[in-house]
Amino acid sequence: MFTDVFVTPFAEYEFMRRALVGSLALALSGAPLGVFLILRRMSLAGDALSHAILPGAAVGYLVAGLSLPAMTFGGLVAGLVVALAAGAASRFTTLREDASLAAFYLVSLALGVTLVSLRGSNVDLLHVLFGSVVGLDDIALLMLVGVSTVTLVLMALFYRALVMDTLDPLFLRQTSAFGEFTPFLFLALVVLNLVAGFQALGTLMAVGVMMLPAAAARLWTRDLAVALPLAAAIGALCCYGGLVFSNQTSAPTGPAIILAAGAVYFVSMIFGRAGGLWRLKRPSRHLEG
Amino acid sequence: MNAGVHAPAIRLVNLTLGYDRRPAVHHLDGEIAPGEGLAVCGPNGAGKSTLLKGIAGLLAPLGGAIDFAGASRRATAYLPQVVEIDRAFPINVRDFVAMGALARIGLWAALNAAERARVAAAIETVGLVGFESRTLETLSGGQMQRALFARLIVQDRPIVLLDEPFGAIDEATIDDLLTLIARWRTEGRSVVAVLHELDIVRRAFPRTLLLARERIFWGDTRDALCQENLLRARAMSEAFDEGARECLRDNDHDAQDKPHVH
Repeated sequence: MFTDVFVTPFAEYEFMRRALVGSLALALSGAPLGVFLILRRMSLAGDALSHAILPGAAVGYLVAGLSLPAMTFGGLVAGLVVALAAGAASRFTTLREDASLAAFYLVSLALGVTLVSLRGSNVDLLHVLFGSVVGLDDIALLMLVGVSTVTLVLMALFYRALVMDTLDPLFLRQTSAFGEFTPFLFLALVVLNLVAGFQALGTLMAVGVMMLPAAAARLWTRDLAVALPLAAAIGALCCYGGLVFSNQTSAPTGPAIILAAGAVYFVSMIFGRAGGLWRLKRPSRHLEG
Repeated sequence: MNAGVHAPAIRLVNLTLGYDRRPAVHHLDGEIAPGEGLAVCGPNGAGKSTLLKGIAGLLAPLGGAIDFAGASRRATAYLPQVVEIDRAFPINVRDFVAMGALARIGLWAALNAAERARVAAAIETVGLVGFESRTLETLSGGQMQRALFARLIVQDRPIVLLDEPFGAIDEATIDDLLTLIARWRTEGRSVVAVLHELDIVRRAFPRTLLLARERIFWGDTRDALCQENLLRARAMSEAFDEGARECLRDNDHDAQDKPHVH
């Protein structure tokens, strides 16, 4: 019974193994980025950016059909342009960054859906919006694993800069030549992971595997050095759990993975040792004066 | 800390600083001598923090220049207002103070024994022994300010720039930090501090720049903080002109300056 549910699907079906490898790659690099997004108070910016890649991917689709390289390239360009344009709009107009991002993301989403509909069917539209983690081919898998590797290496290399830029950006800018560069590196990594995730989970769900495990991890620990690997581990676990659930119930895989992450998040919200409801409600004994 | 630090002089030449062509500091000339203790005073919106950011190299001048007599802005250590630091970030006091070593160890090297000793000594100097493993969010306002001063000690720069270092902290902490500032000056460091507490300025800073977007007075503190100058500073800050035209004064000094409004 246990092996039938948890092992056999992956042993028997190649598409399940591919889905597992692809989604694990996504979670391992995306969830730690999500921790930084939360610490920078940019959780909703991540959501907005994930929608911003849609028109780019749609242009790629219009030009080359359901071609992964074309849609990826388009999405990457669109994501970076929107990230930079929203930053510039908030700097040079009276609108704050959250308002600019909301505006850009709504327009992007509408533009993307319109562009895909111009040529494609509703099936194509669903594919773009919700992805298809069980349909990952060699190129898609290599891209996911490649993006994950590059992200983890760069995060490790620039870990100190990322921490300082989040905590005290003026200090980093004043003290290091990397001060101006670090926020752009971070934004580029976020867009890169969202674009990679879009093939597997679609533009609407890609950010979920980034934010939910990160939010859950932050409810268990205050230590960043623990939160980063914990978020990745929770993300990986949710991908596995979501795939098993999807296989058992025929639920769509992308939403199943995000629902699994949502379940872990809500459990963490209640029982989490670093800020969960249960912990906060119970007065703990205090030390002597 | 090194004894006998040689701080370079800082010369402000027709300096205009601001945001989006609107100057916050306007055509400022003056010199901060090596080892000087200069208070920058003035009403809210007078351009005090902007001036400090300019000297720290965080803001490019709209016009004029800041000359460090051969040194660079890397000679400065800058203490921002506390509100500019995200205290909810999960980092402990020891790691936060160790950030001060960044200019020497860079992004990749580990803290060696000498740097670790420097961090421990700085924590001891500011009286935070026993708090090394506490996170920033658990510190009181005074303790946070002590941690920031410890980071400045580790930075070990010849010019120290302090933006409102004594806002909302108790007198015991202020006294301890003033002792530290006095020690920095005897070591030869220049200290430039934005301050609102005029009694502290009179007590601890021999020279004062009274600023209200333009220079009201720059000289001995006793002369600077007379009633007449303080009233002038207040009047200047209230005379902000929303419909100002482009400033033509720059072109007299330097054709490179970007035109700005008043």
